[in-house]
Amino acid sequence: MTSLPRKTDKKLGLVIDLDICVGCQACVTSCKEWNTGGYSAPLTDQDPYGADPHGAWLNRVHGYEVGSGEEGRTVHFPRSCLHCETPDCVTVCPTGASYKREEDGIVLVNPDTCIGCKLCSWACPYGAREYDYDDGVMKKCTLCVDRIYNDNLEPRDRIPACVRACPTGARHYGDLGDPESDVSQLVRDRGGYDLLPEMGYRPVNKYLPPREAQSVPAEAPVETQSSGKSGKTSAADRFFTWADQVLSR
Amino acid sequence: MHPAYSVILFTTASGAGYGLLSLLSLAGLLNLVPLDPWLGFVGFFVAFALITGGLLSSTFHLGHPERAWRAFSQWRTSWLSREGVAAVATYAPTGLFALGWFLGWTEHWIWIFLGWVGIGCSVVTVYCTGMIYASLKTVRQWYMPQVAPLYVLIAAATGALLLNLLLVVFGEASAWSFWTAICLLALAMLTKLAYWIAADAESKTHTAGRATGLGRFGDVRAFEPPHSTPNFVMREMGYRVGRKHARTLRTLSLVLGFAIPIVAMAMPLLTSGVGTGLWSTLAAISAAAGILMERWLFFAEAQHVVTLFYGEQEA
Amino acid sequence: MCAARPNPAQPRVDTSAKVADEVKTTTCYMCACRCGIKVYLRDGKVRYIDGNLDHPVNGGVLCGKGSAGIMQHYSPARLRTPLLRVGERGSGEFKEISWDEAMEIATEWLGEVRDRDPRRLAFFTGRDQSQSLTGFWAMQFGTPNFAAHGGFCSVNMAAAGLYTFGGAFWEFGDPDWEHTRYFVMFGVAEDHASNPIKRGIGKLKGKGGKFVSVNPVRTGYSAVADEWVGIKPGTDGLFVGALIHELMKAQKIDLDYLVRYTNAPWLVIQDKGAADDGLFARDKQGNPLAFDKKKNKFVNAMSPDITPAMVGEFKLPDGRKAVTSLNLLADRFLSMEYAPEAVAEKTGVPAETIRRLAAEMAHAAFEEEVVLDVPWTDWAGRKHDKMIGRPVSMHAMRGISAHSNGFHSCRLIHILQILLGSIDCPGGFRYKAPYPKQAPPWLKPTGKSEEIAPREPLGGPHLGFPQSPQDLLLDDAGEPIRIDKAFSWDAPLAAHGLMHMVITNAALGDPYPIDVLFMYMANMGWNSAMNVPDTLRYLTEKNPETGEYKIPKLIYADSYYSETVAYADLILPDTTYLERWDCISLLDRPISEADGPADAIRQPVVQPDRDVRSFQEVLIDLGARLGLPEFTNKDGSPRYPGGYPDYIVNHERKPGLGPLAGWRGKDGKEIGTGKTNPKQLEKYIENGCFWFHELEPGLKYFKHANADYLDFAVKMGFRVEPRPTIFQLYLEPMQKFRLAADGHGDIVPPAEHRERIKAFFDPLPFWYEPFEDAMTDPNAFPLHAITQRPMHMYHSWGSQNAWLRQITAANRLYIHHDLGRKLDLEDDDWVWVSSHIGRVRCQVKLMDGVNPDTVWTWNAIGKRQRAWMLDEDAPESNQGFLLNHLIAELLPERDGGYRYSNSDPVTGQAAWYDLKVSIEKASGADIHETSPLFEPVERPFDVKIPKVLRFGAEFRGKSSQGGGSR
Repeated sequence: MTSLPRKTDKKLGLVIDLDICVGCQACVTSCKEWNTGGYSAPLTDQDPYGADPHGAWLNRVHGYEVGSGEEGRTVHFPRSCLHCETPDCVTVCPTGASYKREEDGIVLVNPDTCIGCKLCSWACPYGAREYDYDDGVMKKCTLCVDRIYNDNLEPRDRIPACVRACPTGARHYGDLGDPESDVSQLVRDRGGYDLLPEMGYRPVNKYLPPREAQSVPAEAPVETQSSGKSGKTSAADRFFTWADQVLSR
Repeated sequence: MHPAYSVILFTTASGAGYGLLSLLSLAGLLNLVPLDPWLGFVGFFVAFALITGGLLSSTFHLGHPERAWRAFSQWRTSWLSREGVAAVATYAPTGLFALGWFLGWTEHWIWIFLGWVGIGCSVVTVYCTGMIYASLKTVRQWYMPQVAPLYVLIAAATGALLLNLLLVVFGEASAWSFWTAICLLALAMLTKLAYWIAADAESKTHTAGRATGLGRFGDVRAFEPPHSTPNFVMREMGYRVGRKHARTLRTLSLVLGFAIPIVAMAMPLLTSGVGTGLWSTLAAISAAAGILMERWLFFAEAQHVVTLFYGEQEA
Repeated sequence: MCAARPNPAQPRVDTSAKVADEVKTTTCYMCACRCGIKVYLRDGKVRYIDGNLDHPVNGGVLCGKGSAGIMQHYSPARLRTPLLRVGERGSGEFKEISWDEAMEIATEWLGEVRDRDPRRLAFFTGRDQSQSLTGFWAMQFGTPNFAAHGGFCSVNMAAAGLYTFGGAFWEFGDPDWEHTRYFVMFGVAEDHASNPIKRGIGKLKGKGGKFVSVNPVRTGYSAVADEWVGIKPGTDGLFVGALIHELMKAQKIDLDYLVRYTNAPWLVIQDKGAADDGLFARDKQGNPLAFDKKKNKFVNAMSPDITPAMVGEFKLPDGRKAVTSLNLLADRFLSMEYAPEAVAEKTGVPAETIRRLAAEMAHAAFEEEVVLDVPWTDWAGRKHDKMIGRPVSMHAMRGISAHSNGFHSCRLIHILQILLGSIDCPGGFRYKAPYPKQAPPWLKPTGKSEEIAPREPLGGPHLGFPQSPQDLLLDDAGEPIRIDKAFSWDAPLAAHGLMHMVITNAALGDPYPIDVLFMYMANMGWNSAMNVPDTLRYLTEKNPETGEYKIPKLIYADSYYSETVAYADLILPDTTYLERWDCISLLDRPISEADGPADAIRQPVVQPDRDVRSFQEVLIDLGARLGLPEFTNKDGSPRYPGGYPDYIVNHERKPGLGPLAGWRGKDGKEIGTGKTNPKQLEKYIENGCFWFHELEPGLKYFKHANADYLDFAVKMGFRVEPRPTIFQLYLEPMQKFRLAADGHGDIVPPAEHRERIKAFFDPLPFWYEPFEDAMTDPNAFPLHAITQRPMHMYHSWGSQNAWLRQITAANRLYIHHDLGRKLDLEDDDWVWVSSHIGRVRCQVKLMDGVNPDTVWTWNAIGKRQRAWMLDEDAPESNQGFLLNHLIAELLPERDGGYRYSNSDPVTGQAAWYDLKVSIEKASGADIHETSPLFEPVERPFDVKIPKVLRFGAEFRGKSSQGGGSR
């Protein structure tokens, strides 16, 4: 199954809005929480109460500082599998455990056939694949394949856990293969971009860049209503003259 | 990249094994060595031991070694799968060839045919090993044309040293085996040097700014990592060797892996055979140490693109 | 939806795997936000938790903490059984006892105190979400010594708001996210209203509004702000003063709004030395006076349709001078003291920026007016066909509050909103029920000497809003009645008490010693203490004569093995939030939305697997055992035999007014007030464990002066009468304290307190340098040090949580690159951070987005070794650190040797953001751990701590039920 499908019926993926991600980790823990009991169960944690706690997570948020001084900004940057159209992580897999689904383009690892050689994690430039040291297999974002079609969930819950949880609405889910979908529209409107496009893997997930700061016209201070006397009154005097209006309560 | 000892051991040992296997086969086919059953037995035994030991060692880093058989299925796209297929495939012709040698069927055309096929398979196997790395676009120091030939050349050179040692032990050494080793070592060393020069000279094309797409706003500096203790990605791919440390190790690996063995191979030629055994043993031991170091560096110096997300500026 | 032709070679994935046997709703408790959650249960275990899409607080979203609730629930640090101390305090040596024994001991200790002198019990709760019960219990017990953690959290913000406009931020009100165009956030605020603010920011930015963050640190919400103003800590009041200066200068304040809703035109007597100097001129009925410009005479300022003069000086009928409140306010803020140039250096904000921000605010308020075609009726019965709004909104919490100048700074922020006309209008700030209250609320603190007697309940609630020195809680000698000195001259308007002073005061016997300290859910022996080393000393110090601890008995209730547990004598183990009943009541800390009142419950979704009881159950049981009147029937039997749910349904504070407002009355059809309904909890559970009543459109804005809303509020029991709330630009009660300090009246401060009262009880807000700035040498301690809390741990000490601690297991001291260069520091170098009381060793991280004179760290990451059931070598204990060790709980001695608490002089709010420090590189090779490093605590019980956590493995591979596969 390591060969990539020639085309997929859909390109399901995420659009992540860096303009409003506040780095709250909601997508990180909701992902962990859903998936540790889901398709990839468990997402093991090593030394959970000790000196070196670490585990398998399918989604992580980085914090960056970009630029300096006046131009400086802090950006929170969620990172998970981008469900690339032509990913090497699938083709390097020696067993076929790693595959891209023909119907929706989701890249999955079959936990029953993965031998845990880790080569796919080497082939991924995005750090999207995480080895489960205890399970001995590779884990990765499933785009919540066990949520988005799940008849046991309410229809409005059939979206990835991270999208469902995100408090600011910085995560959007949809078919990026359909130019008319909301997510495709969003990508067009906001200049959504690919990570490392030069690698040639054609990520499905897109990132929306932080917007230019909103500018609000600054009203010129009103200092012209001087009370004709000498023409030279203080701002305080002018304020008192102005405020001495006949106003009805 | 994290230098995993199982992988270092596997690639160096099996490389040397395949080198010995194919050079011994070649020497036999070209009648450069006597087709003595015991020479064959010991030579092939050492070669198969190295290969099999290496392959077994490579399964140590698998999460599910018991599923390793599945790795033969995806040869159409995966160099790792191809390597597996080739490695297993190599056993058949080379095993029969070795058996034929031991049993003295060395005149039969099948034996000759199997010999050449075995040599081909060995080269292909080592080439596949090299291509596992050379095909990874994510690691600039691996995604280079020198990498796969280097694996083959180093396998051949270490194989040549082993073959020479074997011939010395059996009292069959002659100038050609020294010269072969010298030539292969020199060729491997030159390729390695060319590799380092190219790797160092190549501009780093990927930057943190491009990886995150935030470069348009200024330089991108990691502020808060996603987790305060290292995660799998950092443990596996975040390994960094100090520049000074790497320089020292490079020199050491050149000296131990190539220079000393070349000199040691040349000494018997220059001194008409004085201390041949000692020199040959020294060459093999020194090369083993040097090549292990070379392989360690191959991983340790390799920078994965993912490190751009974790604080590296360029890769 | 499903693909037509799945590739047969593709593995078969069960895309409709069974998720849960049962989904139960309840309310999150991972922080103070109280979002609605759905808990998915599988085989009796918690499989998943997500947000309740229908819930008014979170609308389905859930933050990083809420989504990690499973790990909180299954933490090995959970207490398992009642414990009685057997070793020395702090050792962690306990024996396990039965609940019967625990309750007998507690009853004996508490009963003895109640029989003798109820003041000898101090009952303080931490992040308590049941204060209406805990406070009521303390009232019934009869001790005046009760409060929760507001005193070190955000009382300045609440008190300043309630005194000024009967509301404040967070639980009191939110920006109108639908309509606001310009949003300003001051200081660290990630913790209060966690998800609503995140949702709001997303909405605001989506609509193209501007978000300005005024904060020394550019993390969290500040990261997504359109503009970050990296102000110096403690100078926000000055910055806001300069904005007011600019707005007044540019005549960009909403005079129409001020005349209608504020005391701007009220006349203030100007008669230096007189007993009523600075008070409002009033008519015989006590109504404030204004001068009517049309009628040319003094009129009752409360009457509708008058045309009062907004500015000017007037001669009162008695011949004395009076000026309007606005006049006084303008005099102060138009002075050059508040000019942008004058404040630029102190605040670190360039004058140009201040001027531009003021102009932008003016533009948004006056040029981008929001008009809703919604008719409404004002308090005087006048109809309006539109609602006109000024779409500028603000939010601020701890960052401004936790300074010694916090009360006045918070008041300045509230007044800025009022001057822009943006309180409860479309696009501005919006109240959330039961707010607005009157300004200040009509509730006085209870606990005067005559109100306290053995075996007698207190006549009213402990906490309130003094309006004059008459309302203080002082004994005959003028000394504080409360152990924390709230409502004394030290902290007259201490509306939330001073929890941070209880241990210190009790140990020092100042104002008096106590016998029992009873605490709930407050880590006072660690990250909730200022000056941890001394606090631990106070907890363990013995009276040399008696050999007894200075705080003789300490009862503590908590769910987890926190640092404080080791210092208690009797431990009452609480449940996790998924194992309990609770009510989030409008009588307590409400969760209403601006669109309407709401309340909620928690229901047990799983049963405890340990011998633990919910603290509220325990308290009700203790109340019955102690014979507290409201917790027992006449025959002495327990009043609430059904425990907490029984209390939630059947308790009535006043006839018809109970903890829950929804589904009241026999038929469950009444809201707000009504007879008790035995099926009330069932109704809540049916509705997702919350109740929300959406207001009619005409009631949604101008609630402080909206006749229909005011009537509704009276009916609901939120207000006593439908009179409007008048915003207090000039705060007369403050002047009453000043007059007392001048010697007027019966209750006057002792001489040593007078200067302080005079200085800080200014009826107009002003800015002054925080005390630590003023009292320490700026050369010795040149840097401000503050804390922020990572969003995934805010209000939720998450280190027992296996997932959250992976995200942050150790903290660094963040410093500006320039400072790093100056001190030759690189990332991860060790430094000593020193304050005037001590020093801490920690590692630095250099950054750009921080005020160059400020250093900061994540709060409460540092943990004591082995507490929270972490291994001794956990990063939290060895690299993680607390700044608390450096924060003094008492100010340096003043003349006469008296030491005030390190708190706001008005409200007693802990001034832990005032901290000043210096840093230097730590020398010595091979430093790898923090200092001070306290002795590890012993673990009081054995529990298996897994080395590998495979949570969720049990849920995998179970067959789906009727689900298709793809």
